[in-house]
Amino acid sequence: MLQIDLWKRVLIWLTCVVGLLLAMPNAFYPRVEAHNDAVADREVGIVNENTEALIAGWPSFLPSRLVNLGLDLRGGAHLLAEVKVEDVYAARMTSMWPEVRDLLRGERSTVGTIRQQPGPETELRFKISKPEAIQEAASLVRGLARPVTSITGAGASDIVVRTEGDTIIVELSDAEKLASDQRTVQQALEIIRRRIDEVGTREPTIQRQGSDRILIQVPGIGSASELKEIIGTTAQLTFNPVVGRASDPDASAGVGNKVLPSLDEEGVYYIVEAAPVVTGEELVDAQPSFDQNNRPAVSFRFNPTGARKFGDYTAQNIGSPFAIVLDDEVISAPVIQAHIAGGSGIITGRFSVEESTNLAVLLRAGALPAELTFLEERTIGPELGQDSIEAGRIACIVAFVGVLVFMFLSYGTFGVFANIALIINVGLIFGLLSLIGATLTLPGIAGIVLTIGMAVDANVLVFERIREELKSAKGPARAIELGYEKALSAILDANITTFITAVILFAVGSGPVRGFAITLGLGILTSVFTAIFVTRVLIVMWFERRRPKTIEV
Amino acid sequence: MRLRLVPQETKWDFFARPTLWLGISGALMVAAMVSFFLQGLNFGIDFRGGTTIRTESAQEVVIADYRQAIEPLELGDISITEVFDVTFEEDQHVTMIRIQAQEGEEAVTADMIKKVEVQLQTVAPDITFVSVESVGPKVSGELINTAVIAVLLAIGAVLVYIWLRFEWQFAVGAVMALIHDVVLTIGVFSELQIKFDLAIIAALLTIVGYSLNDTVVVFDRVRENLRKYKKLELKEVLNLSINETLSRTVMTSATTLLALISLFVLGGDVIRGFVFAMIWGVIVGTYSSIFIASAALLKFGVKRDWSKQANTAGNKFADIDA
Repeated sequence: MLQIDLWKRVLIWLTCVVGLLLAMPNAFYPRVEAHNDAVADREVGIVNENTEALIAGWPSFLPSRLVNLGLDLRGGAHLLAEVKVEDVYAARMTSMWPEVRDLLRGERSTVGTIRQQPGPETELRFKISKPEAIQEAASLVRGLARPVTSITGAGASDIVVRTEGDTIIVELSDAEKLASDQRTVQQALEIIRRRIDEVGTREPTIQRQGSDRILIQVPGIGSASELKEIIGTTAQLTFNPVVGRASDPDASAGVGNKVLPSLDEEGVYYIVEAAPVVTGEELVDAQPSFDQNNRPAVSFRFNPTGARKFGDYTAQNIGSPFAIVLDDEVISAPVIQAHIAGGSGIITGRFSVEESTNLAVLLRAGALPAELTFLEERTIGPELGQDSIEAGRIACIVAFVGVLVFMFLSYGTFGVFANIALIINVGLIFGLLSLIGATLTLPGIAGIVLTIGMAVDANVLVFERIREELKSAKGPARAIELGYEKALSAILDANITTFITAVILFAVGSGPVRGFAITLGLGILTSVFTAIFVTRVLIVMWFERRRPKTIEV
Repeated sequence: MRLRLVPQETKWDFFARPTLWLGISGALMVAAMVSFFLQGLNFGIDFRGGTTIRTESAQEVVIADYRQAIEPLELGDISITEVFDVTFEEDQHVTMIRIQAQEGEEAVTADMIKKVEVQLQTVAPDITFVSVESVGPKVSGELINTAVIAVLLAIGAVLVYIWLRFEWQFAVGAVMALIHDVVLTIGVFSELQIKFDLAIIAALLTIVGYSLNDTVVVFDRVRENLRKYKKLELKEVLNLSINETLSRTVMTSATTLLALISLFVLGGDVIRGFVFAMIWGVIVGTYSSIFIASAALLKFGVKRDWSKQANTAGNKFADIDA
């Protein structure tokens, strides 16, 4: 009557063994971690005298994947940044002005003179002196439109041109804004990743969240402010023609120009043309160096197009000042002495050695396309994480032992079977967590402890049912079989409802909630597996050996 | 010789005093709501924005001194509490400082943290900030929304699932029990002014899951007994089912509580509020599955005509064999 096919038994035990093997590296966490780091280092060519010893510390034929420890357990910094995607619209409009101006100048006989008008930064507004030609002018400007380069926006053009009296207003089309946002966030993500990699920390998480947000988690870093300094700086380098100097920030700059403060001279402001001649995007290299007076400086090199623009401009404007602008502050405004060909130069300012090194790193990694605002930041010290792990571990062990003893006292031999299943269950949870590379957080540990408590539920359901069936005196084998059969629908219904909540938690929740949902959900899967299959195999094997006439549950 | 938490065979009448239990539950729920509307919840920074700093120092903490040190910075509403825990070392003195969201700032500035640190060093020179967390008002608003959506979605999904697997009366009974549990838990949090943050939402949802787990097991037995004893009165069937599953209900609650209590005592103060919510939830969840869910079922009545359906229609999982 009580039978389980051999292939089912093999499958069940195989699952358990594989799960436990996958979980095993976590029991030797520091050793396996050192092994993994050494292997990763060797792959990129970093080898020292310890490398081989560390690699040998863990046999390579065993699985070596570990459960990632969350920031709350390992310590580190967490930032949620929002990319100000509108910045890019403004920059696009500013850079479009020279193009529009040159186009309409060529048609001066029909449209007359043109004058730029102040307006929102994301729009380009200008008046023409012959209003009757407004439609012609508008359609000329429309000719500058390019198709949107994205899958969803295909066929649409990138700008919208409308007229208001004698004013023409140009702005980005909605499709282009969407495509631009997409590119901006992607680019920001890429640059943040490069900057963090330059600093070299372990396993940073950098992922996009929602349409314009980026989540950054870096374990092991001292504080969120430190992290912000690395990634928060826009490092937008531009070279702009200088129009004049001013002594206060509200000086009237004239349309198409802007007033920028000097970086190290208090009270000095420069009026510069808003459209830059060359930008940092055309840099191919930047290195910290020293100027002829041996002060820290940053030397840089342009790519060919940047070098040509730079060369042309300097050739035509010998004698006029030229502003080097970093993040809307003028680092310096030297006078062009000669035609600078070759496309390399040096930025001097009152830098410390550290500042010049950082600036070089930032310039090399590229400028952020737009500013970031930080919506959320968390720093967790490594000691606090260590304390939490320690407390969590002790609590887990105590909970575990308590439940084991309790189950044994309540159900005797059958309790032992449930306990074996429970141990396998916890092993399987860790195995699965390692396999999918999930991150274990403090609420995640709570999820495991809760699973320990609830995992016995399925067994309790079965055992209580067997007790009841025994009362109707059908003999032990039949009672066990009926117990499993009749408890099944309750076990499944109960666990499926809990699983539904775990899935919703995972889908809707973030951060700690998600970590909890993962362990809870996996715990439900493994506990149903162990309760239905593992204890059953155990009981059947025991029953086959002993053939008891009566059983006590 | 076996440990038994409940006698082997019980014949307790759980519906002898229905008005008493409903009255107690009703009164508690009203109390919870009153507390919620009068005091409100002690929202953590996850939900209202602001900054929390966890400090550690080897010196005794005098809250008034700390407060005085930070006061000159004019950061608005500040709360400082000392944290005690059995897992701390002898000379480990921990405080939590909460600073309200600053006008016009999304997240905290490094500058402000530095200032606070410098000020506090005048009181406790060795003070360190073991964690600093800051949430801007923009995100905290969204977090509240998603949390409420998560709870509603979970309750809705469960309602549908039970409706499909049982009858609508069961689903309504289960959901009434759930609402009861959630309301009481929120009530306790508002009455005791325990910090209510994102993790508590996770706890709330687990309570939803756990309470359901219990309710479903009882309902499963009710469904079985309704088929088995076709002539028996509904009240008797419910009583019988609860008594039959009582041993299991108590066992499971006991093991879960055992695990949770060890986490509460030994798991450190960071997750204590979270674990407290779950302990409370297990207790009210167990209570509500008997006295709320089943009582509601009794009130609504159940369609007893199972004859037209195949006997295993609602029990199809039983066909699965190991």
